[in-house]
Amino acid sequence: MDLKLKVWRQKNPESPGGLVDYDATGVNPDMSFLEMLDVVNEGLIEKGEDPIAFDHDCREGICGSCSLTINGIPHGPQKAIATCQLHMRHFENGQTVVIEPFRARPFPVMKDLIVDRGRFDQIIEAGGYISARTGSAPEANSIPIPKQTTDRAMDAAECIGCGACVAACPNASAMLFVGAKVTHLNSMPQGRPERDRRVLKMVASMEEAGFGNCTNTFECVAACPKEIKGEVMAQMYRDYVKALFRQAIRPE
Amino acid sequence: MSLNAKIPSGRLAEKWSNHIKDIKLVNPNNKRKYRIIVVGTGLAGASAAATLSELGYQVECFCYQDSPRRAHSIAAQGGINAAKNYQNDGDSVYRLFYDTIKGGDFRSREANVYRLAEISTNIIDHCVAQGIPFAREYGGYLANRSFGGAQVSRTFYARGQTGQQLLLGAYSALCKQIEGGGVTMRPRTEMLDLVVIDGHAKGIVVRDLVSGKITSHVADAVVLATGGYSNVYDLSTNARGCNVTAAYRAYKKGAYFANPCFTQIHPTCIPISGDYQSKLTLMSESLRNDGRIWVPKKKGDDRPPNEIPEEERDYYLERKYPSYGNLAPRDIASRSAKEVCDQGHGVGPGGFGVYLDFKDAIQRLGRQVIKERYGNLFEMYRNITGENAYEVPMRIYPATHYTMGGLWVDYNLMSNLPGLFVIGEANFSDHGANRLGASALMQGLADGYFILPYTIGDYLATQRQPRPSSDHSAFKEAEKNVSEQTKCFLSIQGERTVQSFHRELGTIVWNLAGMARNEAGLKEALTKIPELRNEFWRNVKVPGDDDTINQQLEKAGRVADFLEFAELLCYDALTREESCGGHFREEHQDDNGEAIRDDATFSHVSAWEFQGNDAKPTLHQEPLEYTEVKMATRSYK
Amino acid sequence: MVGALWIASVCGKERQRERQRFDKALTLRNMSIWVELLRSSIGKKYIMAITGFLLFIFVIGHLLGNLQVFLGPEAINGYAEKLRSMPLLLWGARIGLLVVAALHIWMAASLTIENRRARPEPYQLKTPIQATYSARTIRISGVIILAFVIYHLLHFTFLVIEPDYATWTDSAGRPHVYKMMVAGFSNVWISGFYLLAMLLLCLHLSHGLMSMFQSVGLRNPVWARFLEQLARTIAALIFLGYASIPVAVLSNLIE
Repeated sequence: MDLKLKVWRQKNPESPGGLVDYDATGVNPDMSFLEMLDVVNEGLIEKGEDPIAFDHDCREGICGSCSLTINGIPHGPQKAIATCQLHMRHFENGQTVVIEPFRARPFPVMKDLIVDRGRFDQIIEAGGYISARTGSAPEANSIPIPKQTTDRAMDAAECIGCGACVAACPNASAMLFVGAKVTHLNSMPQGRPERDRRVLKMVASMEEAGFGNCTNTFECVAACPKEIKGEVMAQMYRDYVKALFRQAIRPE
Repeated sequence: MSLNAKIPSGRLAEKWSNHIKDIKLVNPNNKRKYRIIVVGTGLAGASAAATLSELGYQVECFCYQDSPRRAHSIAAQGGINAAKNYQNDGDSVYRLFYDTIKGGDFRSREANVYRLAEISTNIIDHCVAQGIPFAREYGGYLANRSFGGAQVSRTFYARGQTGQQLLLGAYSALCKQIEGGGVTMRPRTEMLDLVVIDGHAKGIVVRDLVSGKITSHVADAVVLATGGYSNVYDLSTNARGCNVTAAYRAYKKGAYFANPCFTQIHPTCIPISGDYQSKLTLMSESLRNDGRIWVPKKKGDDRPPNEIPEEERDYYLERKYPSYGNLAPRDIASRSAKEVCDQGHGVGPGGFGVYLDFKDAIQRLGRQVIKERYGNLFEMYRNITGENAYEVPMRIYPATHYTMGGLWVDYNLMSNLPGLFVIGEANFSDHGANRLGASALMQGLADGYFILPYTIGDYLATQRQPRPSSDHSAFKEAEKNVSEQTKCFLSIQGERTVQSFHRELGTIVWNLAGMARNEAGLKEALTKIPELRNEFWRNVKVPGDDDTINQQLEKAGRVADFLEFAELLCYDALTREESCGGHFREEHQDDNGEAIRDDATFSHVSAWEFQGNDAKPTLHQEPLEYTEVKMATRSYK
Repeated sequence: MVGALWIASVCGKERQRERQRFDKALTLRNMSIWVELLRSSIGKKYIMAITGFLLFIFVIGHLLGNLQVFLGPEAINGYAEKLRSMPLLLWGARIGLLVVAALHIWMAASLTIENRRARPEPYQLKTPIQATYSARTIRISGVIILAFVIYHLLHFTFLVIEPDYATWTDSAGRPHVYKMMVAGFSNVWISGFYLLAMLLLCLHLSHGLMSMFQSVGLRNPVWARFLEQLARTIAALIFLGYASIPVAVLSNLIE
């Protein structure tokens, strides 16, 4: 099948970008979306043009590198998958496909479809960890943790850090990403000692990065390739205010 | 020449504890004066960088991805082994050790494997403390599952995302250290050369993948945690970016490369659908518990599978291995699939696939049971192929997914170049000729959290070499070479894309040095690869500039190294005239197609020393001695 | 021994350093709970939710008051007079409402400005995946409701638009609220604007009510669907309640 692509091309963070038209011809419906772009790129290279730059790595939906907004939806029209798991059979012959990067001020476009998501790392650096020095751990089974607790933590921990939540949010808010990490760590008994400073510092870091605010539209949840639930944000809001109050009464 | 692995003396079970006692320590005040470079942020790299920083060293950490969290350890699904014996089923450190040695077909280093089994329990303790949500039972205690190659249930898991969770644990520890200032993290930076001064590794030269700047980084020790080289086959289950460059360039600077021919092929991957294919996706081997593998008896039979009558199907595994049938071990299942496809019985596009049929299982157990057992895998299969495996048989084909070979290291995980440490999949030591499931995560974390942090101190405390400045001529020269190579890629402006060379190389290596190898094939590969390499340097086309993000330029460097490394792989495979584990030489099999090991001649590690671009590498041997285990033949009859 | 002490002091120093870093991160931003609530993204959410809830209570109360119009002039005029007889309560409530509304609007404006800033380069094509119409239009519905509220106050409370109303009294000498309502809503344009505003209020509430629970962390998957339906139902009831008055006037049910 043949497709008309409109792809965002941008030389570097400073220069302005724009949509450029390309024809993707002879697309096999069994191709993945990124393989389709690979083929387009091979054609561009042969013609001596600069191929379209996009982030990708594992191509099995777990590394979180791929970050395309396809026809206005991060990771494309299929639910609960990353861009690399999207296959061309979900498109129609002759369809126009608009491909843009994930857009948000904290995710500056570096080239074409590649954005810098380093702000996510900074949020984790601010508190997305449990301080456990290597060698200091007690025997693994010394703290029983209810299965429900672990399951809930695992639901949140599945986040692949791709940034689709930010990209989908009308306000470019990162609440789902931060909420997932806060919920994962704060709900485990091991994470209790640091829960207040964790949520305060992570939220502070998120705000400093310039992400927008949440207006509860749940677009993030709909776009999430791992179907992280909106509940994680509710838990973060709760934990945040509790931490503020505790901080006010008994400053750390 | 024989290599000294510096294995401590004493009884096997006491070697590591004795060694820790004897190891030299670095005074806490001095630790912060030492700078250590860690390349790669997978399980091994991230855990090592975090732990070294906790100890007080200054760490500089590099990865080519945009974030350390994206390293390919993240894709490991199954689990991590540990000799906890929580199931009370008779597991022990010794049993884990023995299973790993046997699984590795007696080609791994006994002392290292024992240490790995000992440390396995500490890993679980530590990971639980980090908050990794391992699966639990209703009582709140940790759950286990069984895994191939073992008769006990010792695998810890977090749904199908164990690798991801363990990596996020190590990454979060790393992040804490980055925030604390102990680790300087440099993402989107690729190591392109190792700098050796007076025989000691003293730093690396890297290219910033965003600005294209080539810079030198000086250290007192360099740790490579750069993963395996499965992508030499172009198509593998590895991430697209996985490469051999760091390890290979260290090899070219004098580090020995050990057992490059030991590669592992996984039998149940989703087959190739066309020549655009960029990646093979692995599906859990557990599918073989209920699925029956077959191909049409008639060559080139292109009828839809459900129209092929029972008597025209060849259930070749059941036919050849009546007792194990569809559950024959990975290497045997993979080889048999290749065999039938090579004979023209393959199904699907290109004829590279065999059927894995669940019809009988669905009739016997009902669709619901199959859905409960394999629902997510069927869903994944449907997503990729668009086919419903409840209605039509799955198509599967083997794919490379792990490489046991790697840079040679001694017991301290230090290569023959003092100051160069190699950990995780990038080294060779623990898995011999074949790796057991759920052992890769264990090894990566053991190296990073619990072994390297001790042994690197021993080196730093005893070495007396000052840290050079980055103006040292060795750094300048390496920078110049790297920069010239980069410019060279851009100046060739030939006709063919980098990917086309990678694909062609992959086809050669897969066909001639893949699941089954023979002398003629390997010799053929050894003539074809240099030809392809020559064409690459004449005819490759790399567009763009070197001062911006240029993914083709990055790939060109990696493929250039694969083009050289593939030759080393084939050469090693040609020299090892025996069949063991993942290395199957067709000349060395019995009448039933079983591998025949030659313990008298090949019970050694082959470590190759680089001798120049056109010269044959020199072989160094490390004899493998087994004091506690008896070498036995694997049999699946 | 000396060594151990020395190691302890090094570790101590490290801890201290880390402590200082954390303190810096937080105290630099002056972690006063009130400042944080007004400044931080989540604090603002809480204020939005709480002020929204108070305004919702007012909307209910006001509706119950207004519906007395169906009981005839005596009831509603008496009710109005009763409110006037308690100036402390009336003005307290008015000032309270003003503060609450001001906070609600201030937070909304500040959140909106920040949100605009968070995506300076817009998408060329953006497709909403599932966000409801009410969620996507929460800002514009809010602004129109504000405009309506100002008009409504000028109309009925401050009597700027119809100064004549001030002279209308019933037989007991009370302000003739009943007559004002009937007169006001007899104007099709006024009734139309009123109905439109109430429709928007309904829209605003159907997202806002659910949103409120999420913002204070009280929404969870178990009752998420229930909450959404509850919010929609309440919003619809409020609309029907308010809309019934102009409809009744226009259809001459109330004269």
